[in-house]
Amino acid sequence: MAEEVILELQNITKIFPGVKALDNVHFDLRRGEIHALMGENGAGKSTFIKVITGVHAAEEGKMILEGKEVHFRGPRDASDAGIAAVYQHPTSYPELSVAENIFIGHEKMKHGLIQWKVMNDEAAELLGRLDADFGPTEEMGALSVAQQQMVEIAKALSTNAKIVILDEPTASLTQNESQKLYKIVRQLRDHGVSVIFISHRFEDMYELASRVTVLRDSQYIGTYDVDKISNADLIKAMVGREISDMYPKPEVKIGDELLRIEGMSRTGFFKDVSLDVHEGEIIGMTGLVGAGRTETMESVCGITKPDAGKVFLQGKELHIHKPADAMKEGIILLPEDRQKQGLILSWGLNRNVTLPIQEELANHGFNDNRKENELSKKYLEEVDTKAVTIFEPASSLSGGNQQKVVVAKALAQSNMKVIIMDEPTKGVDVGAKAEIYGIMGELAKKGYGIIMISSEMPEILGMCDRIYVMCNGRVTGCLDRGEATQEGILTLSMENSAKHEHAETEAHS
Amino acid sequence: MNSKAQKKSIWKTIGKSREASLVLVLIVLCVVVTIMNPTFMSIKNIGEIFRNNSLTMIMALGMLCVLLTGGIDISITSTLAFAGMTIGLLQKYDILHNTFLLFVIAMAIGIGCGVLNGVIISRGKVTPIICTMGFMYIWRGLAYVISNSSWASGADVAGYSDFGQSAGPYVILVVVYVVFFIMMKWTKFGRKIYAVGSNAEAARISGINVNNTLTAVYGIMGLLAGLAGALSVSVYASAQPNMQYGKEMDVIAACVIGGVSMSGGRGSVVGTFIGALIMAIIAKALPLIGIDSIAQNTIKGVIILVVVILNVITQRMMDKQNLERRAM
Repeated sequence: MAEEVILELQNITKIFPGVKALDNVHFDLRRGEIHALMGENGAGKSTFIKVITGVHAAEEGKMILEGKEVHFRGPRDASDAGIAAVYQHPTSYPELSVAENIFIGHEKMKHGLIQWKVMNDEAAELLGRLDADFGPTEEMGALSVAQQQMVEIAKALSTNAKIVILDEPTASLTQNESQKLYKIVRQLRDHGVSVIFISHRFEDMYELASRVTVLRDSQYIGTYDVDKISNADLIKAMVGREISDMYPKPEVKIGDELLRIEGMSRTGFFKDVSLDVHEGEIIGMTGLVGAGRTETMESVCGITKPDAGKVFLQGKELHIHKPADAMKEGIILLPEDRQKQGLILSWGLNRNVTLPIQEELANHGFNDNRKENELSKKYLEEVDTKAVTIFEPASSLSGGNQQKVVVAKALAQSNMKVIIMDEPTKGVDVGAKAEIYGIMGELAKKGYGIIMISSEMPEILGMCDRIYVMCNGRVTGCLDRGEATQEGILTLSMENSAKHEHAETEAHS
Repeated sequence: MNSKAQKKSIWKTIGKSREASLVLVLIVLCVVVTIMNPTFMSIKNIGEIFRNNSLTMIMALGMLCVLLTGGIDISITSTLAFAGMTIGLLQKYDILHNTFLLFVIAMAIGIGCGVLNGVIISRGKVTPIICTMGFMYIWRGLAYVISNSSWASGADVAGYSDFGQSAGPYVILVVVYVVFFIMMKWTKFGRKIYAVGSNAEAARISGINVNNTLTAVYGIMGLLAGLAGALSVSVYASAQPNMQYGKEMDVIAACVIGGVSMSGGRGSVVGTFIGALIMAIIAKALPLIGIDSIAQNTIKGVIILVVVILNVITQRMMDKQNLERRAM
C-alpha cells in the first residue's frame, strides 16, 4: 500500500468556553488507508472530526492536505477540498427522493433547471456500485438506517471525495448489514479513497483498519498498527486503566419460570413467537434489525397491540393493554432509544427516576419531594451513576451514565420482576459498557429475569444464558450458552437466500 | 472591587433564571412609563390594569398548560363568546339571574368545549391548531346563531354586572393563580403535564396515560375560557357574539413573553403571570405616554419580539452552562 500521507494534522488544540476539547492532537492519514479513530465518549473524537470537516476552527495547530497547509472557514471549504463525512444518524431529508438526497447542494443543473434524468441515472449508477437494493427515486424516509447510510456514502462518492469520514456507521446496523458496509468501505479503499472510521466496536476496527489512533480526555494517546497492538493494550490506551473482565457473567442458579410468552403475533412484524425467562437468567434476543425483536417486546409490554398470543407471569396469564399494566405486573422495558423513549432530557435525574412511580410517591395528589430525592439518590447510587447532583438535567450526562439512569428508573419500581433491555450498550463507550454488564450480572444475582435485545455478538455471547435468534419475525432457534457460536447465530439470523450472500462476503475477505 | 463582584453575580442570577430577566423587563418598563407619565403608578390605574386584563391573565394559565404539552388552542375566545353569550341570553330572557349559577353554567359549557377539543386531539390524532381552528369557527358561529346576532345589553345583565365592578374579579384572579401555581409545582398532575410536553413517548413508556392528560389539559383550558366568558359579561356589562374577538393571540403572546416554549415542556406559572402583566402594561401605558392609538399595535409587536429574543438569549446562556458542566 502507498505510504503517501494525504492529510496531516499537527498540534491541534480546540478550546470551548471553559474546556479544552482537543489538546495538542496529532493525526496523519495515508492515501488509500482505513484509519480507525477510537476513544471513549467525550474523548474528543467528534470535535476532532469537526475540525477536519471545517465545522470548528482550531485555536492552534496546522492542517496539511496533500502537502499544502489549509484553513477551512466552513464545511463548504472542506467538501470542496474533497473531504466528506457520513454521520451516525443520517442527516437526510426524509421527504425527498434518494437521488435528491445524494445531489443536495450540488444538483445537476442546466440553464438553471434541474436535470432530473441525469441525476437519477447517476444516482442509480452510484447505488449500483454500492450494491444497493433500492432505486434512486425511492423516498428517503422509507429506507432503513442501513440503506440511508448507503445513500450518505453515495453522496460522498458523488462529490468525488478523496477522504471519507465515517462516524459510528455501524452503531445502528446488524451484523449482516455491517458486513455489507465493510465490503463497501474496502471497495472505497481499493479505489484510492482514504477513510477515517470512528467506532466503539472493536470488531469494526479489526475487520477494516490498518492503523488506529486513540484519543483520551481530549488528548492524543498514540497511533498504532492494528496487527501489532493487543486488545488489552488498546482498551488500556482508551480507558486509561485495565479492564480485567469485560463480561462479568456471574454463575447464578436458575430459578422458577418468571415470564413465558406463547404464540405472540402481530401482522407484518412478528409471528408465533414463544419464549421464556427464569429467575436469575439472562436471555438474549438477537437477529437482524427488523427481525421483530423490539416489536415483540413492545407488544409484551403493552406499547403496541398484538394480534394473538398469551403472556404468563409466574404461571398466571396476564392481560396487558397499556404500558402501565405491564409495569404494574413488574415487567419493565428499557427502550433502545434512551433519549427519545427512556428519559426526559431536560429534567433532573431525580424526576426521571421517579417518573414511573408518580402514583405511589404522590401524597393525595401532591408530590413528595423529600421521598423522591431519597429514593432517586438510592437507586442512582446503586448503579453508580456519575453525576454532580441528582438535580442535574439528564442531558448533561454521557451516554453510559444516561443508560444507568434508565436502569435506576427501572429499579425504582420495587415490584420489578422482569427487565427487558433493548440494546443497552448502544452508543456507550467501553468503560461504561463493562459497568453496564456488571449491573446486569448483579440484577441476575438478585433473581430478576433479564431479557437483552442486542445486535452485538460479543455481548450476546458473553452475557447470556440462552440466546433466542429471530429472523423475519420468527424465532429461528434458541441456543444454550455452551453451544452458541458467532457462526451458529449468524446462520439462524439469515434465511436461505441470505446465507448465500454471507458466503459470498466471506469469500471476499 | 467588591461591588464589581456583586454586580457580576446579579448578572449571573439573571442569566440563570428566565423569570428574573422578565422581572427586569417589567421594572424597566414601569420606570420608563412612570418617568414619562407619573400618574401611571396610581392605585386606581393598577387596579384597572388587573380588572381589564383579568380575562387574558386567567386564560393564559390554561394556554400555559396547552403549550406545555406542545399544543395550542385558538378556539378559546370563541368558547368564551359562546359561554358568555349563553349566560347573557339566560338573563335577557329572564330565565336565570343567580350570579353564582351563571358562572357555573359558563364554566360547564367551557369544560364541554375544551374536552371535545382534547378528545379529538388526543384520540383522533388531529393537529391541535387544526382542531381548535375548526371549533374557533363553530363556537363563534353558534354565539351568533343563539343570539340571533343581537346583544344582551347592560340593562339585561344589570345586577350580574355588579360582580364585575366589585372585588370579585380580583379574588377570582388571585385564587386561580394560587391554585395553578400549586398544581404545576407540587402535584402529580402538574408533573404529568410537563412530562407529556417534554417527551410524550418517554412518558407513555413510563406508564403515563398521555391521551387522558391531553384531554384534561384542553378541558382545563375550556374551563378557564368559560370562566373568562362569565367574567367578561360581568366586567363589561354586556354580552355580544363578537366579544374578545381575536384576543386569543394576546393570550398566546402573554405566554410566549413569559418564556413558555411553543414546542412544549418549558414554562412556568410565574413566567406566564409576568408575561401577561407585561402585555397588560404595554396596552395601558402606550396611550398614557402619548403614543397614537394607530401606532400601538406596531409598538406592541416590537416589544413582544424584543422580549422573546431576550428570552432566547437567556435560554442559550442556560443551555451553555449545562453543556459546560457536562464537559467537565
